[in-house]
Amino acid sequence: MSVLLNKNTKVLVQGITGRIGNFHAEEMIAYGTNVVAGVTPGKGGTTHLGKPVFNTVKEAVEETGAEATIVFVPAAAAADGIMEAADAGIKYAVSITDGIPAHDMIRVKRYMLRYKKDERMILTGPNCAGTITPGEAMIGIMPGHIYMPGEVGVIGRSGTLGYEAASQMKAEGIGISTSVGIGGDPINGSSHKDILELFNEDDKTKAVMIIGEIGGPQEAEAAEYVQKHMKKPVAAYIAGLTAPKGRRMGHAGAIVSGKGESAAEKVELLKEAGIHIIPNPSEMGSTMKEVMDKHL
Amino acid sequence: MDIHEYQAKKILSSYGVQILDGELALNTSEAVAAFNKLNSDICVVKAQVHSGARGKAGGIVLCKTDQEVKDASDKLFGTYLKTIQTGDEGKIIERLYIESGCDIDREIYLAFVMDRASQRIVMVASAEGGMSIEELAIEKPDSIKKIEIDPVVGLTGFQARELSFALNLPKEALGKAVKLFMGCYKAMTNLDMNMLEINPLVLTKDNDLIALDAKISFDDNAIFKHPEIDELNDNAQKDPREVAAKEHDLSYVGLDGDIGCIINGAGLAMASMDMIKYCGGEPANFLDIGGGASPERVGKAFELVLADKKVKAMLVNVYAGINRCDWIAEGLVQVIPKVNLQIPLIVRLSGTNVEEGIKIVKDSGLPIILADTLKDAAQKAVDAAKQ
Repeated sequence: MSVLLNKNTKVLVQGITGRIGNFHAEEMIAYGTNVVAGVTPGKGGTTHLGKPVFNTVKEAVEETGAEATIVFVPAAAAADGIMEAADAGIKYAVSITDGIPAHDMIRVKRYMLRYKKDERMILTGPNCAGTITPGEAMIGIMPGHIYMPGEVGVIGRSGTLGYEAASQMKAEGIGISTSVGIGGDPINGSSHKDILELFNEDDKTKAVMIIGEIGGPQEAEAAEYVQKHMKKPVAAYIAGLTAPKGRRMGHAGAIVSGKGESAAEKVELLKEAGIHIIPNPSEMGSTMKEVMDKHL
Repeated sequence: MDIHEYQAKKILSSYGVQILDGELALNTSEAVAAFNKLNSDICVVKAQVHSGARGKAGGIVLCKTDQEVKDASDKLFGTYLKTIQTGDEGKIIERLYIESGCDIDREIYLAFVMDRASQRIVMVASAEGGMSIEELAIEKPDSIKKIEIDPVVGLTGFQARELSFALNLPKEALGKAVKLFMGCYKAMTNLDMNMLEINPLVLTKDNDLIALDAKISFDDNAIFKHPEIDELNDNAQKDPREVAAKEHDLSYVGLDGDIGCIINGAGLAMASMDMIKYCGGEPANFLDIGGGASPERVGKAFELVLADKKVKAMLVNVYAGINRCDWIAEGLVQVIPKVNLQIPLIVRLSGTNVEEGIKIVKDSGLPIILADTLKDAAQKAVDAAKQ
């Protein structure tokens, strides 16, 4: 098993006929992802990349049984696209878009609570590279070829740093069960902890790597979860040791605005929770190797 | 995006928040005229800079006569106010706000923040106003009251009353407090604010509630919805390098070190800076060039980083995902002869088509130092900067 996504997962592409949606849908299909349909309002009834296009997510779900979606919708309308997926009964949505207004995301999170917990959609992102189960399927914009199938679950806020981690691990001969991007925005669909819970229950995942960064409480929350509930070894790297307080480092959420939000403070909390700290970004692969050798 | 106090007050006033009479002044004679127009015995001359803690830094002066207003204005205009928040360079004072005084009975702290733990807007208040929230959290943590607001329902009357009672406001002020809290919440959500802080909010002897200071920060991602807010932007309050970067849609933060950085992706950029530090150096900047690093963007990024004369070495670190290393290498090879590069340049390429990319760099004959890994790249940059 893997988390969130496997080769059988029926995937929808919202915005499949747009320039970006088209490009990545092609890549996803080439990787082996089971893309079943696309949605572009006004283009229902047409075919794109050999897949049927629908006007609404609801129609697409009814006709194809789509379970997951990737939302390639520009920032101004992205929140609406995510809510449409939640309403249509999609189980898992990935939002790639950077620049969604935070108040829009607050409404999205509240909207998703309309559905009972076991029917509620899981959202990862926005502002992420997506999710990949190497060798099976990807819902995202990552270069699939750098990921090797294996036993480490990866959770990260950053896209390119996640690629760096995947290649360092591959060089050490370590593969990945599923890599999940949770995105760099302050209001996001799933936290590190939410994904840790999934990896904790996943048979295929033997260890987890967290790639965090400055800003927000989610790494601290993850530390608490690991200490209390995690059955598997966890290694973590926190980016932004040199970031000054109060300055936004690219990601809307990467800003130290209060206590506990700096990289140094987060590292302390993670260490106290028994998490293996990756001392610098060049040792993501080697630290993971040590952790695997020690525990498995 | 941050705005000035006088702008924040104007916005809040339109949402029913009571403020004192005040006038903006762009020079000393306007300041004196503003004082006369207020027709008040005293006034407060307030430096308009994007920072808190202005009072302690000397940016807020109580004046009773024309001469005092003139002296204070002459002293403040054109100088840089250094507060605990601005850093050593300070921020230029180009605007003064001349405000009348009032009889203060009590000072209250009030803020609406985007709370990342609950992922909702939270109303934060303390009866102990005047201090910063950081100081309050350390010195009087029990005095801080927090109320979480449901985004669908909005701030409810009972929540507003609950806060009013928690702040021990007299019953004569209850109606006004509820109206004030409601107005602030409406302003926050209507205008996509990240943060709205009134510190202090004062209770007068007549049981009025007045915003004596006001600080608003807007969500940069939502400015497109509010062109009228975009007009409140004041580039003079920002690092000129960051202003230039924004014009080219590059994400840049100026720092104090001597190694210039051009990286793709915010996380990798932060990680590369960490690596520089780990190798014993200091980064001069954060710069995320983003996806699709075209030669034009690479060129702009070089111009921007090289404009910082402290920079003694340059590090370019690109992980090509959707990008391809050969495209990026071609961009670099085109750009470098044009930017008159006088300092060592270290380049690390990885990801898609890395061999082709490296070949292009090598074949160009340009004095580029290639690096294999993140650590190798950072170490070479640190060594180069030290020479």
